[in-house]
Amino acid sequence: MCDTCGCGMPSHEHAHEYESDHDGHVIELEMNVLAKNDVYAAANREHLASRGAVAINMISSPGAGKTTLLQQSLNQLKDWRPLAVVEGDLQTDNDARRIQGVGVPVHQINTNNGCHLDAHMVGHAYEHLSLATGSLVFIENVGNLVCPAGFDLGENATVVLLSVTEGDDKPAKYPVAFVNAQVMVITKTDLLPYVDFSMDRCKEFARAVNPDLEIIECSSRTGDGMDGWVAWVKRLANQVAS
Amino acid sequence: MHELSIAQSLVEIACDQAEQAGAKRVTRVSVLVGLLSGVVPDSLSFCFPIVCQGTAAEGAELAIQVDPAKGTCPKCGVSVELNDFVLICPSCGAFPIEVRSGRDLKVTALEVEE
Repeated sequence: MCDTCGCGMPSHEHAHEYESDHDGHVIELEMNVLAKNDVYAAANREHLASRGAVAINMISSPGAGKTTLLQQSLNQLKDWRPLAVVEGDLQTDNDARRIQGVGVPVHQINTNNGCHLDAHMVGHAYEHLSLATGSLVFIENVGNLVCPAGFDLGENATVVLLSVTEGDDKPAKYPVAFVNAQVMVITKTDLLPYVDFSMDRCKEFARAVNPDLEIIECSSRTGDGMDGWVAWVKRLANQVAS
Repeated sequence: MHELSIAQSLVEIACDQAEQAGAKRVTRVSVLVGLLSGVVPDSLSFCFPIVCQGTAAEGAELAIQVDPAKGTCPKCGVSVELNDFVLICPSCGAFPIEVRSGRDLKVTALEVEE
């Protein structure tokens, strides 16, 4: 049974009614369109807090290297804390099988062509995973640099990945994902010699829309910069724990 | 196309609120879409009638009011209307503009019939 289904709307959002000029009534509201998602997100936050767990929402275009970064990170973190992964894809369990290969509990969500994860789906994934106390949970969102950014999943932090092959102006072209993230991980830096990607320009674009954005450069393939990323993850988890 | 999910939430709210008010039909839904909310009004308008089909809001009109984003420059204090996410002050070049509005996505009113 679902623990979170059937939650009511937040009680502070209410309606006032009066006669309209036409035949019917006008109901005046002041209600966030995503209020229901936010209720599920709050339930997810509570679920995590009750287990001393921490969740990181990972957003990027398809093919930016989320799963590969995850595989490498899990290998470095698996003796540190209990780990779990929520995988989001339109179809297939290919990514879940890659994570299983590292020996970490994983739950695959198939959105059946839905372009983003929402908090309700993630809540169900947590139930399937039965999170251990102190877990570090990575949520790999559906590969899409636009839609996932608008949906709170109840995560503790959002990370946006950008691979150097995508071009340095992505933060200017697709700003919402970068506005809502705490960290940008620039991936596939081993390919820098082969592409026209200016690290300075990319950082400038990103900071123009989010001045507080932390930026980490890494290559999952060579391992360069992985230490900085893993250190950030540990710092976040320790901060949440304290 | 996350506007499809947004439209679904919108219709769900409209139908729930109409039911709570004892109304049978929703004829008009008014929403405020902030310029920095990440929602494209045209896409929302496209999805809305499709999602309304078979619900109490079938045939309802969607009235979208775009909320322009406003901010204040922390250095020169000028009030700025933001057309995008770039937070550089057009008057003095200071950075970052403090955003005051434009991120909301709200249902503001419904018109319903008994």
